[in-house]
Amino acid sequence: MSVLVYTESWGGNFRKSSFEAVSYASETAKLLGTDVIAISLGQVSDEQLNKLGGYGASKVITCAGIEKGDSQAATNAIATAANNASVIVFSNTNTATMIAPRLSAKLKAGAISNVITLAESTTPITVKRKAFSSKAIELITINTEKAILCFTPNSYQLIETGGSCSIETSSANEKGAITIQGQETASGKISLSEAEIVISGGRGLKGPENWGMIEELAEVLGAATACSKPVADIGWRPHAEHVGQTGKVVTADLYIAIGISGAIQHLAGVNSSKVMVAINTDPEAPFFKAADYGIIGDAFEVVPKLIQEIKKLNS
Amino acid sequence: MNIVVCISSVPDTTSKINFTQNNTKFDNSGIQFVINPNDEFGLTKAMLLKEASGGNVKVITVGDATAEPVIRKALAIGADSAIRINKVATDSYSTAALIASYLKENPADLIIAGKESLDYNGGAVPAMIAEILGLAFVNACNGMDISGVSATLTREIDGGKETLAADLPLVIGGQKGLVEESDLRIPNMRGIMQARTKPLEIIEAEEAEELTTSVSFERPAEKGACKLVESDNVAELVSLLHNEAKVI
Repeated sequence: MSVLVYTESWGGNFRKSSFEAVSYASETAKLLGTDVIAISLGQVSDEQLNKLGGYGASKVITCAGIEKGDSQAATNAIATAANNASVIVFSNTNTATMIAPRLSAKLKAGAISNVITLAESTTPITVKRKAFSSKAIELITINTEKAILCFTPNSYQLIETGGSCSIETSSANEKGAITIQGQETASGKISLSEAEIVISGGRGLKGPENWGMIEELAEVLGAATACSKPVADIGWRPHAEHVGQTGKVVTADLYIAIGISGAIQHLAGVNSSKVMVAINTDPEAPFFKAADYGIIGDAFEVVPKLIQEIKKLNS
Repeated sequence: MNIVVCISSVPDTTSKINFTQNNTKFDNSGIQFVINPNDEFGLTKAMLLKEASGGNVKVITVGDATAEPVIRKALAIGADSAIRINKVATDSYSTAALIASYLKENPADLIIAGKESLDYNGGAVPAMIAEILGLAFVNACNGMDISGVSATLTREIDGGKETLAADLPLVIGGQKGLVEESDLRIPNMRGIMQARTKPLEIIEAEEAEELTTSVSFERPAEKGACKLVESDNVAELVSLLHNEAKVI
């Protein structure tokens, strides 16, 4: 019984979260004394598939004829590959959250989302997950023989093994009851849910015209941009950037909050980030209680200086 | 069109979360419960669809009697009737199985749930309902147009959106974008009065297999004190992030 890992590609390329998933699967396989098999849906080059071997997959099953947005077809393809798997690993992306629970219902295999640790015990599989919008950590156990674990992007490190994998081509080409008409992705932008650094702005920035410096800071740090709920609600920034309890949850290495007071709903969405920085004129802003580092000061003075200092560091 | 909206009663987003019984159960004392925000976007979308082309909106929840204020609120917003399956929801699969079992007997054209509930954040129930019923499913759905039996939908993908088409019946896991925050409805007095007499059927839960078991809860580790840097010494912050925190 192996560990099966779902790896997600966009435009023919795997994202970092897929390599994390393979690393997580590898470490899980070590606990169980078995090997890792990866499954990829859609057209992906052999060169990309081979990269999965470098993180510990011994074999990759590639299903070029299956579209991941078609959750019925994707679930059936993964279920076939999961015949000999005791654990199936997903990274908790918006697409995986469509497939993993379907797979759970199909196989009657317990599924756990938002996982943040390796299995604390393997008989039965028991892990920690985020619950109550990161306000709590839940210890939860799986009651079935097969287990499905969906871990939070950025909550597991990449471990390069230098290994290689064989490639098995699947001819599966099932179509479910849904047709994918197209995709729009902002090219060149870093995806918020898997960004290592996130620069986030709030109402303290006074208007959408002032986001230039936020974007510039993000650019020099290779970061994604985000915003607070009020900023998305008044239309200064797109909803896709809203982080917090009712928006996106980010698990960044570094989260810089600029002009964000730090309402409980906002903090819930960001407090699993490793390091948080608050920049705010108000010394009483709740964010200073949650942050690791802070500057009490005007964003319009501090941020341009910050950009200069980081440029100096980079050079 | 028969629309079923799955709703969940969750702690208000401002709630502080505590646990009881040796940290094994959520402590609901003093908690204000609300319709799960993702479900409220879906309920509002259902109302708009009904107003545009007729039909019926039914809400369904798995919960004990403490869920009733939230069900009544959904009825006051405009749902025509409600079903409560009498069981405290403890596991995604058993919850989905109970709802799916009801829907097998009482089919709907469109089943709208929220992409996740803000309490346990499982995010699994809508997809599981779709699988048990063998239906198409779109999660993180932030746009839906329906014409006759054809639906065009958008879903959020990491860094963009995907457009999909499917025929009804269909299950979606909805979120903001399905309608905007400003479209949400606050129940008026007439709605609240009507809600008192709208049908709320309570169904005893049948046996449902649980695939997972919650063991215990803990709080995330407390952060240490915030290190403040003077606003005229931004270089110091960069140095701390580089040398101490090692994140840049």
